Formats: sequence, structure tokens, C-alpha cells
Amino acid sequence: MRERQGDAPPDDVPVVLAREGQHGPVIHAANRTARIEGILPGSRVVDMRAICPELQVAYADVAGDHAALDRLVLWARRWCPWTVRDGNDGIILDTTGADHLWGGEAAMLIEMETQLSLLGLTARLAVAPTWGAAWALARFGPVRAICGPDEAYFKLGPLPVAGLRLDNSTLLLLRRLGLKTIGAVMDVPRLSLTRRFVKAGLQANPLMRLDQAMGKQAEPVSSVDAKPVIRVQARLPEPIFDPTPYLPDLCEDLCEQLKQAGQGCRRLHLTVYKTDGDVSHVDVATAAPTRDPAHLHSLFRDKVERINPGFGFDLITLAAGAVEEMQDKQICLDGGSDDDLHLTRLIDRLSAKFGPHAVTRPVLRQSHVPERAEAQIAALAAHPDKGAVMTKERPLRLLDHPEEVRVLYAVPEGPPAQFIWRRQTHRVARYAGPERIAPEWWKDRPGTRLRDYFKVEDQTGQRLWLYREGLHEDGRGGNPRWFVHGLFA
Amino acid sequence: MGSLRMHKALVGQGKRPAMVPHTLSEAFPSHPTDASAVGFALSRLPCTNAPILWVQDRLSRKEAGRPALAGMPTDRPVIMVDLSRAADVLWAMEDGLRCRSLGAVIGEIWGDPPSLDFTATKRLAMRAEAADVPCWLIRRAASPDLSAARDRWRIASLPSAPHPHDAQAPGAPRWTLDLFRSRRAKPGQWMATYDRAADRVDLTDAAGDRTLDPREGAAGRRAAG
Repeated sequence: MRERQGDAPPDDVPVVLAREGQHGPVIHAANRTARIEGILPGSRVVDMRAICPELQVAYADVAGDHAALDRLVLWARRWCPWTVRDGNDGIILDTTGADHLWGGEAAMLIEMETQLSLLGLTARLAVAPTWGAAWALARFGPVRAICGPDEAYFKLGPLPVAGLRLDNSTLLLLRRLGLKTIGAVMDVPRLSLTRRFVKAGLQANPLMRLDQAMGKQAEPVSSVDAKPVIRVQARLPEPIFDPTPYLPDLCEDLCEQLKQAGQGCRRLHLTVYKTDGDVSHVDVATAAPTRDPAHLHSLFRDKVERINPGFGFDLITLAAGAVEEMQDKQICLDGGSDDDLHLTRLIDRLSAKFGPHAVTRPVLRQSHVPERAEAQIAALAAHPDKGAVMTKERPLRLLDHPEEVRVLYAVPEGPPAQFIWRRQTHRVARYAGPERIAPEWWKDRPGTRLRDYFKVEDQTGQRLWLYREGLHEDGRGGNPRWFVHGLFA
Repeated sequence: MGSLRMHKALVGQGKRPAMVPHTLSEAFPSHPTDASAVGFALSRLPCTNAPILWVQDRLSRKEAGRPALAGMPTDRPVIMVDLSRAADVLWAMEDGLRCRSLGAVIGEIWGDPPSLDFTATKRLAMRAEAADVPCWLIRRAASPDLSAARDRWRIASLPSAPHPHDAQAPGAPRWTLDLFRSRRAKPGQWMATYDRAADRVDLTDAAGDRTLDPREGAAGRRAAG
């Protein structure tokens, strides 16, 4: 069975999906009109534009397609209990013993095609005794092909060798050998094929693929289990305006479910269904998987006030999202407290109250430009790389935006002897520097000026980090300006 | 100046005796853009690798900048919390003090907001002592009004020590420390020289050499602030 996502562009317009290749975008998939024009998946978009100037290109969402197909695998459980994803564009259903429920195999295929078309999907379906035969018939066989238990030899015979799920180099080899159909491969003596492809893997071995298609080699369907939905709800006898009294019990029930599944959640979705049909959501997130009811309840502390109750609501549901495996760990033998756990909970509480952007962790980065030497990452994120080791002294405080100072008394070398910063006159008593920091040409705009940093100490002992932007007559603007960028202890 | 002498309140910084619990201290920089108070607070923190929770309100961040990781004396992790109101800063600090795995909690509050009253500081102090986590409140542009902080410091920058290799350059930073109210120690004034390489504060009595106070070494007396 094969499905393609149809966003319903007109059928007579050649449309292709592109993805990033090594040398620019390449064709990921093409519609029927485009394939008739001679556009092949895997070739470069610019080349295909030369062939077909009216080609319409959209970018493919490969990961999204992947996830959608995984959901469709579970959705297809309505017809049979075992389903599995097959490559990037197919679903295999093990319908053994399930077809009579739909009135036979032909009726089942029609039912499947109807239901999939209601989802907006084009499907090409086939029933066959083996995975390999179904794969070949769905892609190269007639519409809604049905292959009985002993008909595989006759049904597969006329199909091209591409139906054997082989890689491109093997297909090319078979074509050069003159073997164009599966039937031609079947007629080759088995001994010759074995000898020729004795070292080839499954993808490159026509004999093993043929055995799989003919049922001589087993290829079972290993079905994946759907993740259980962990959700609790409270149905109320009459509409209320405040869900707070129900939250502790809901959290307890949810955590009990999570505990039985051996899992913890990183997100919680609280949904209230109002009497006028409207729905409100409150979502909270945690930094590490948890199933502690008191902690989860505390995350909702200030959030439930933001629910607009309207005329009241009579159904509250609490669902766990981002569910992960979680083991109870004992950190120390004497039963001491788990320090990491407390830290993650603290970050959860702070992020839940002030928003995730308010709680960050600065880390050093490899850059000499001071404002780029530090990055803000999420408080519990993994540290990507170690920053450069600073040999020069850096200030303890850094201003978010360097503040320009007015120079009262400039001297040819070194920092100005007097300047005004924030309406106060500073007289430079001592200074160290300059430390020249050149712009990073691979990041900065052209015309960015270099900086000469000075550590200056004024008459009262205040130590500032001052820099001059640019040089006299460097061709990048007028006279250099002076800025305060940081404060030393 | 004279001989270096550690005050009781500052004895064994970093490797403090286990008897004295960590508590809430307040630091008042003489000028909002003076980073000496932050430097002093950092130098007083115990030497561990536990993360620091650093909470700033909006005005402190805007007027006095943010702490720069590259300039910190030790490379311990910092969790920054950027907030806009002083009440939120106090809430976040109090919440942080429930977590014993933090190395320190540092809060910066601008001015004298009504939410920062005696009760709020008392809550912070009691939480800090219960969790045994050092807590510093850095108050810029503020008046030292009623507060339950156990130690209250006024800190200002002084012209730095001479640079060993360059007469033109500022050397090791010097500060004046004024412990004007303390629950545990005798208030006093010192001149401090900060040794960046060793992360150590060397103290000199601000008034120079004098004879040793006979009460020095006795139980700390309670001073009114």
C-alpha cells in the first residue's frame, strides 16, 4: 500500500517537492504531470527547471511526513490488529483473518481506499501473501490487485525488477544483464543467482528478495504499540468557576497512572470545557520528567487564575504530554535528599511562574567580541561546547548595550583624559590597554569598526571598561566614538 | 598600611567553620554603577561547584548591567532569572532558598520598593538559615532602612593597588567595607584588597594600626544599625 500526501494542486501543473541536497535543492517527490515531463526524484531542481520551466517547487517536510505516516499506521489499526510502517511511503497491514469482517478482500480494499480518500490521501492498494509481493503489486501492479496464495508466480512475473525492493546499483546491473521483469529473474537458475550474489546484502540480493516475495523466506510484520494516552477527567454535577479544588485529586490520579506505566511526564495540559461550548487550556512544562503530584500541582499555582470561566465549566481534563520512561532512583543509601531533583523542581517553579525565557543559564562561547562571548541557554540544557579560556581580564558586569560617552578632553594615545558618562564627569587616573578586538568578518556586516578596549580607573576609584570604536581615517565612518561597555569590581 | 588582620566576621572565608550558618547579607554599593559590592559578595561565597541563582530586576539590569561569566572569579554555573518587579525578585529568591543544592542566592533590587520591607527580609533570612545557603541582597540606589539582614555592608570602590609591572595601570581592586550592622559580629570598617588570582580578600583596618581591642575574640556583641 502506498500513500502520497495530496495538497490538491491542479493535476495538470507539474509540482515537485524539494529537499536540501549536497549541491542545492534536489527533487524529493514529483506529481504525475511532472513525472510525465521527465522529472526524476533525486535530480537537482535547477536542472529540472531547465527541462520544465513551468515547474512549481515547494519544500518537503520530511520529518512531518514521517510523523504523519506514523500516525496513519496507528489509524489503520481499524482494519486489522497488526500494522507497520514500510519505508518512507508505505504501510503494511497484516490482514490475515481480518478480511472477512469487511466482506472479503476486494470489499476491504474498496473500504480502505474510500476511508483514505476521505482523509485526502491517494492510496494504491494490493493484497498479497507476502510483504514483498504486496510491495511490488501496489507500486507496479494493477489497481487494487489481489494475489491469492498460489498466484504469486504468475502475478509477479510480468512486473519490472524494480518491484523487488533492490538498490539502484543492483537494478542497473540486472538491466545490463537483460533481466527486465521479475519473471525473467525467476527463470534464471537458482544456482547461478546464488553464485553471482553470494556476498551481496539483502538490499542488493535479488535472490533473497525473490524468496521473500515468494514466501520462501519469512518476513514477519512486527507491529508497534501505540502509546497509551494518560489522561484523567473530572465531570462535575454543576458548572463551577474555579478548578483549584479539583486539581490535587486530578494530579494524584494522573500520577498514579504514570506510576503504573513506569513513566513520567514533562508537560501537563489542563483543559476546561465550558457550558457554552468553549474550551480553555492551561499548559505547564517541567524541566525533567516527573510524577510527583505535589510538584505538578504547584506548577498550576498562578496559572489557573488566567482561565476565563465564562458561564462556568462542568468538565476538567488533565492530560500528560511528552511522556518518557522514568525509573525511581535511590541516590544515596542513607536516604538523603536528591539535590539534582530539587534543582530541576526549582527551575520548573520559576519557569512556570515567570515564563521559560526569564530563567536562563549563561555559558561561554568561542568568541572574542564580548557580547558574543556569552550565550543564554535553557537552564537545564546540555552545555554544547567549552568556551575559550580568557587570558585577559574581563569586567564583572557587562552592560546590555554599550553606552556612548561624551569626551571632554581627548589625548592622542590611550583613553580620553576626561569624559562624561551618565551626566557625571570622570577623570581618568590610570588605565590599562588597549586590547584590540577586531570585528568577526564572518558574522559582522561590512563596515563594522574594530574596538580598542581600555580598563580605566577614575578619580574616585571606579573601574570601567571603555572602548573606542574604530580608528581615525579608517574609512568606516567619521571620528571614532567612545563607549562604556562594562564595570570592573 | 599595617598588618593584615582578619576580622571575626570574615575569618576563614570560603572554608568557614561549620558552626556559623549561612545567612542573609545586604550590600549597599556607594554608587549604582559600582561593581565592588558584587565582587565582594562573590568573594565571600563558599568554594563549591554548586550553581548560583542570580535574580535581577529590570532596573538593576538596565542601570548596572548583567553579571558577565567571563569576569567571574570562579567558573561555577549561574542560573539567571530576569524579572521586572521587586516583588517577583523576592518571590524567586525565597523559592530558591528552599533548594539546598544551590551554592548561593544573589538578588539585585533597585531602590526602595514597598514590597521589600522588614517582613520580606526576615523571611529571606530565616529561609537562608534554614537551608544553610548564603543569600546576598544587593541594593542599588537604596536607603538602608529597616531590615532583618544579619549583616549589612556599605561598599565602595577605592583607587586600586599599584600594578606590579605597570605604573600606569590599575592593579588589584581595593574597596572600603563598612559593616554597619551585624547580628553576629562587631561592626567595623576596613579597607580590602582583592586578590583575583587567589580569589581572596585581604583586609586592613581603615584607621591603620592600633592596639588590639581587648574585647576582640570574645563573643560577638549585638550592634544596633
